[in-house]
Amino acid sequence: MTTARKIALSLLLVICGASVAANLLAPVPYAEQFRDLPGSPPSTKHWLGTDNLGRDRFSRVLYGSRVSLLLAPTAALISTLLAACIGGAAGFLGGRIQRLAMWTTDLFLSLPWLFLLLAVRALLPLNISPQLSAVVTFSLLGVLGWAASARIICANSSSLRNSDFVLQARASGLKTPRVLAVHVLPNLAPVLLAQFWISIPAFILAEANLGMLGLGVAEPLPSWGSLLRELQSYSALSFHLWQLVPLLLLISVVTCLQILLSNKELTA
Amino acid sequence: MKKCVRHFAYLLCTLLVSWNASAQFGGELRFCIRADPKTFNPLLVDEEPSDTVRYLTGGVLARVNRSTQQLEPELATSWKVSDNGRKITFNLRSGVYFSDGTPFSADDVAFTMRQLMDPSLHSPTGDAFRSSNKNVTTQLISRERVAIAFPEPVAGLDRLFDQVAIMSAKSPKKEMAVLGPFYLADYKPGSYVLLHRNPNYWKRDADGKRLPYLDAVRLDIQQNRDLEVLRFTRGEIHLINSLDADYFDRLSDASTASARDAGASLDSEQMWFNQVSNAPIPAYKKAWFTSTNFRRAISQAVNREDLARIVFHGHAHPAVGPVSPANAFWFNSKLKPQPYDSQAALQSLAADGFQFRNGVLKDREGNSVEFSVITNSGNKYREAMAVMMQQDLAKIGIRLNVVTLDFPSLIERISHSFNYEACLLGLVNNELDPNAQMNVWLSSASNHQWNPEQKVPATAWEAEIDKLMHAQASTSNAKKRKHDFDRLQEIVYEQTPFLYLINRDTLIGISNAVHNAEPSVLRPQTYWNIDEMWLQGRPQVASSH
Repeated sequence: MTTARKIALSLLLVICGASVAANLLAPVPYAEQFRDLPGSPPSTKHWLGTDNLGRDRFSRVLYGSRVSLLLAPTAALISTLLAACIGGAAGFLGGRIQRLAMWTTDLFLSLPWLFLLLAVRALLPLNISPQLSAVVTFSLLGVLGWAASARIICANSSSLRNSDFVLQARASGLKTPRVLAVHVLPNLAPVLLAQFWISIPAFILAEANLGMLGLGVAEPLPSWGSLLRELQSYSALSFHLWQLVPLLLLISVVTCLQILLSNKELTA
Repeated sequence: MKKCVRHFAYLLCTLLVSWNASAQFGGELRFCIRADPKTFNPLLVDEEPSDTVRYLTGGVLARVNRSTQQLEPELATSWKVSDNGRKITFNLRSGVYFSDGTPFSADDVAFTMRQLMDPSLHSPTGDAFRSSNKNVTTQLISRERVAIAFPEPVAGLDRLFDQVAIMSAKSPKKEMAVLGPFYLADYKPGSYVLLHRNPNYWKRDADGKRLPYLDAVRLDIQQNRDLEVLRFTRGEIHLINSLDADYFDRLSDASTASARDAGASLDSEQMWFNQVSNAPIPAYKKAWFTSTNFRRAISQAVNREDLARIVFHGHAHPAVGPVSPANAFWFNSKLKPQPYDSQAALQSLAADGFQFRNGVLKDREGNSVEFSVITNSGNKYREAMAVMMQQDLAKIGIRLNVVTLDFPSLIERISHSFNYEACLLGLVNNELDPNAQMNVWLSSASNHQWNPEQKVPATAWEAEIDKLMHAQASTSNAKKRKHDFDRLQEIVYEQTPFLYLINRDTLIGISNAVHNAEPSVLRPQTYWNIDEMWLQGRPQVASSH
């Protein structure tokens, strides 16, 4: 393991550990409004100051990291699994099924995903808790975000179908499920892993985008997206540099994930 | 020596005062508009950029003084409303010419009224005058005297003429011939609108000198607020008509003289509950929302002072009702903002059988009190207000779910499907006269948001509101109208169909180079007295580049 990867892994572990232990580390509840201290600078009581409504920013960063770091991998898992099923089956089976699957994939890729998310989000029930809204938001991202991965997986699966060892396995009488389990899936694993790791930062950023539009995780539950909304105001950026912490965390996590991807996964 | 210094100081002060007092002629005033004007025809104006051009170029018979809120003579020296608001007679100013030199007369007023009321023109300005389908008649009494008769009484008739820019009946330039302080000189779509001083403008200052002092006004078309503020701080533009609290604070930090808080505006932010009888929400929630005690309790539980102080950085005032205190004549001064009192809220709820136990409020059937409030995404102030209300209501055991929706989805829910529980939105109010709120208060109106388009009023108090609105609209007696609308405000205060939260302050930016600016809470806030404003320093040459 290279030094860069060691540092990335350590940093990622620290961030993940802190977010998982948010209950223990957060000095105050993330939703509590200290109305006498709105927008206050860092102090001994509020290490990262307070937001515009007087909520402790450090607590919100901890809980927001937990939401984004727990749910983005879940969304990535959903999308990769969907992509594996659709793309893998299409590539392996070929013919009309492949054409139909790829036509569907192209349709999904051509959709303006942001507007699609807005539309789907608007159709959801109104009385859902903030926690459920977070799960729903990331699930939507996962369910709608499989198309790009599916195309890559389909191409790989298709080349595996025509490979010599798969032909030999079939010729020797192995049934399709066994061919898939023993010969195809192990060879697709690097591609699937790469797609999974690539999807995590993509979904973190997608949630951040939705959060910036006010359509992500519902208040008062924080997420990186909602925390980044503070940076929308130029004036806020000019005077309160500690507000950049969520942005730095986002950049750090995305960079760490990129560093941690192995060469094999990167080339896959 | 001391005496000499005193004399010198006195002389310096006198010089400074006299230097400030004498207006400088020339220069180009610059400010931004959000989009291209859709029309330069003053009768077809229905959006802000076109309205800006109309205000700066159009001459009107009477103008509302944005400072005193009184109607003042302009092209008409006097007028008389008669026949219970069915007729108005104007005495016109003589010796007035359009910008192209065409003389102004009663013919032009008659021509403008004919155009305005022409059904085929679909003039938004004309809609305010339409009291029935019958024709409006104009009688030319003399060259300088004209009477206009309406088939039915028109409430606040004389003040409606503030919006009617008189057009020339004879000028070959048609609507390009104007009577206002400026005329349209150049327009580059997507870039700017350039107005030059009208050489034939009729007004003179106190010393008898011609007005306006400015040579030109340049309206830069700029959608981006950040760029607008940046250009203002660089001195590239002179005015910003409307600032939000964040930008205001930033400008205040940069220069105290640039940013001005003119006080509470006419605009309000309010929340309402869905009381539509066939709305797809549970019956027990409908029972809550239609209960006056419940609505009043929610109103009592919201800390409006905190909303104004925290969300708007102190640049807002707790709201009282449908009329802002900024509306000097129509505001019912007997009413005060609902004070924050969570105990009183619990008492109001107890009267309806609600019980507050272990931090949770339950109705008499045992349902936990929880509802959602929708608001439009992207409006950080409304979202922040909703989050603060979330904490306020949590104190009385109510769980509030804040849902932000894109605007079309929100409108679909509040206007068509009625699939929502509560909504938080704002009302932008341009008119002082309550007649403009007819489409909100009549129970049959589509903008009667809590329960629109009722065939018959659902409640006795809504029936009384209908009656009061019709009564005030059918008389020109200002005292009677005020009495009726005061009563309406009392009913709204008691029944709380809208929970009025705050009135935003009018926040504006005015460059130190601009003199005689008198910020007002009425639109246009910064340049309403443009003909008296002047620029200090080296005048810029008016140009189209």
